[in-house]
Amino acid sequence: MTLLDVRDLRVSFGRRTKVVAVDGVSLAVAPEETVGLVGESGSGKTTVARAVVGLVRPDSGAIVLDGQPLGRIGRRPAVAHRAVQMVFQDPRSSLNPRMTVASVIDEVWRTHPVTAPDGDRTAALHRLLDDVGLDASVARQRPGELSGGQCQRVSIARALAAKPRLLVCDEAVSALDVSVQAQVLRLLVDLREKHHLAMLFISHDLGVVHQIADRIAVMRRGELVEEGPAADVLGAPQHEYTQSLLEAALELNE
Amino acid sequence: MTTRMPSHAGRTEAARQVTRQPSLLEVSGLVVDLPGPSGGPEIVRVVDGVSFDVPAATTVGLIGESGSGKTMTANALIGLLPDGAETGGELRWRGADLLTATPARRRALRGHEIAMIFQDPLAALNPTQTIARQVGEILRRSGRPRDEVRRRVIELLDRAGVPDPATRADSYPHEFSGGLRQRAVIAMALAGSPALLLADEPTTALDVTVQSRILRLLRSLQDDDGLAMVLVSHDLRVVAHVAQQTVVMYAGRVAERGPTNEVLHRPAHPYTRALVQSVPAVRTRTAIASPLPGTPATPANRPSGCAFHPRCPLARERCKVEQPLIREIAAGQWTACHYAEELQGVRHDPA
Repeated sequence: MTLLDVRDLRVSFGRRTKVVAVDGVSLAVAPEETVGLVGESGSGKTTVARAVVGLVRPDSGAIVLDGQPLGRIGRRPAVAHRAVQMVFQDPRSSLNPRMTVASVIDEVWRTHPVTAPDGDRTAALHRLLDDVGLDASVARQRPGELSGGQCQRVSIARALAAKPRLLVCDEAVSALDVSVQAQVLRLLVDLREKHHLAMLFISHDLGVVHQIADRIAVMRRGELVEEGPAADVLGAPQHEYTQSLLEAALELNE
Repeated sequence: MTTRMPSHAGRTEAARQVTRQPSLLEVSGLVVDLPGPSGGPEIVRVVDGVSFDVPAATTVGLIGESGSGKTMTANALIGLLPDGAETGGELRWRGADLLTATPARRRALRGHEIAMIFQDPLAALNPTQTIARQVGEILRRSGRPRDEVRRRVIELLDRAGVPDPATRADSYPHEFSGGLRQRAVIAMALAGSPALLLADEPTTALDVTVQSRILRLLRSLQDDDGLAMVLVSHDLRVVAHVAQQTVVMYAGRVAERGPTNEVLHRPAHPYTRALVQSVPAVRTRTAIASPLPGTPATPANRPSGCAFHPRCPLARERCKVEQPLIREIAAGQWTACHYAEELQGVRHDPA
C-alpha cells in the first residue's frame, strides 16, 4: 500500500539555460512510514520536497497521493493541501512575525474548515500546543518572543492543525542547537505514532536520519542513486556515492 | 570511525607532553562586557571568567551552543569585539599581556602571528579582486618584490590544497566552489606565517565530503607545519577529530575543559555528558537521546548559581545559589560542577 507515490519526477529551473534539479526521481512512502532523503547541497532533495507539497511545478512526472494525481499548488484539491504539510529549516522565517501563535493556528482552521474544532476553539488550541510541548501562554506570543526550538514547535503545531497524513520535514532540526535537536526529534517521533503520520524527512545529517527513518533514499545531482531500509543503506551501502558520503561522515567514536 | 583520519582524541600522552611546554597563548579570567540591547544601562557579561591555554602546535576546541560565548571568546583573542565592549582578565601572548598592549602592537600581531578564518568564506573575500591579489596582500604590504609575492601566493594556494594553483590564482571568488573558497581563505591566513590560527566554524557551511577534506588540511597544518589552533565549533565530532584539548562553554562560562579524550569519554560536567549523548552515530542506529529540558541559557538572562542548574539532572539546592568554581578533577581536566565526582564514577561511551 502506498500513501505518496512520486513517479519519474523531473524539475528544472531557468529559461534559457535549463538547470535540471531533479532528474527522473521515483519514490514511494507507505502510510505511517518515514522515508529519509539525504544528499549534499545541490542534490535536489529540497526540490523533491517542494514539488511534493506543490511549491514548484514539475516539468514532468506525477505526484500521487492515495491514488489521486496531484496538480500544482492552486489546482490541488483542498484535501490534498491539507493531507501534505511541511516543516521548514528556519523556524523563524517560516512564521509571520506579526501573527500571534493563536492566529497562526486559527489561519489553518479558517483555510481548511473541515479541520476546525467543533467546540471550544481556545481549548482545542491549548490541546494542540500541549501536543507539541508548548505552554498555553505561548498562544498570545509572536515568533520574535520565542526561542528557535519553540518556533519549530509552533511550525509543527501549524502542520498538525491541518490533520495531515504526510509530514514533509526539510532540515527541520538542522538549525537548532544540539540539545534542542533531540527534543524536537523526540517530539516528531511521538507525534508520528500518536497521529499515524507518514514522513518524508530530508536532512544532510546522516546520523539524525538514521535515528528517525525506516527507509533512506540517497540523491546526487538530481538523481536517486540508492534506496532501501535505513540499516542497509547506512550499514552496508551499495552505491559508491553512498559509500563516499559515509566515509566522509564523522563519528564521535572511532 | 568511518573517516580515514586517525583520531587525535586518542593521543592523550602526546597532549600531556605538549602541555608541559610553555604556552603560546594563556587566557586567564577573560571577561567581556557588552552594552545591553539598544544601548540601555544594562551591561551583559557575555564572557565570564574564561581560562585556558593554547600550547604551541596544539589545537584547542571551543565547543558550545548559541549564547555560550565561544565566538565572543575567539573574537576577544584577536581584538575583534563590537563597539562599547569592555574586556577584563588576562590574555598573554608569548608571555606578554595583549589586553594592555598598544593598538599598534595588536595590529602587528593580527594576521602575522595570529590569523583567523570564519564560517562563511565568501564574506571574508573581496568579490572584485582576484584570489592572488587577496592572498598576497599581507606579503605586498611587507614590501616584497612582485615576482616573489606571486611565487609565494602559488605556494600558499598549493599548501591549502587549491588544485592547479598557478592558473586558479587569477580566478575571482565567485569562480570557486565553497570548499575552494575556504582553502583560499586558509591560504590568505597562512600568508603572514602565523603561529596561531583562530578558526570559527570553518566547516559548518560545507558539505560533509568537503568538510572532511578541510579538516584533514587543518590537521596537517598542525602536524606538519606546527601551527597552533583555536577551533570554535558547535559540532562535537569536528572538535573530537582535530583538537587535543577541549573547552566546553555554557552561558559565557567554561563548564569543563581538558584533554579531548577525557572530556568525551569521562565527562566531568552533566552538560558535556548531554552533548556527547546527543550526537547520533551514522553507521548504526542510535536511540534519540533523552533530551535536556528547556533551551540553552544566555548571558543576558543567566540563571543564578550554576547557569546550567535549570536543565541539569543532577541539580540540587546548592546549585541554585552557589556558582561552582572551576577545579581540577583529574590530571588536566577541569570542571565547574559541584557534583562532578558522581558523573565520573561511571565511564561514558559516546554515541
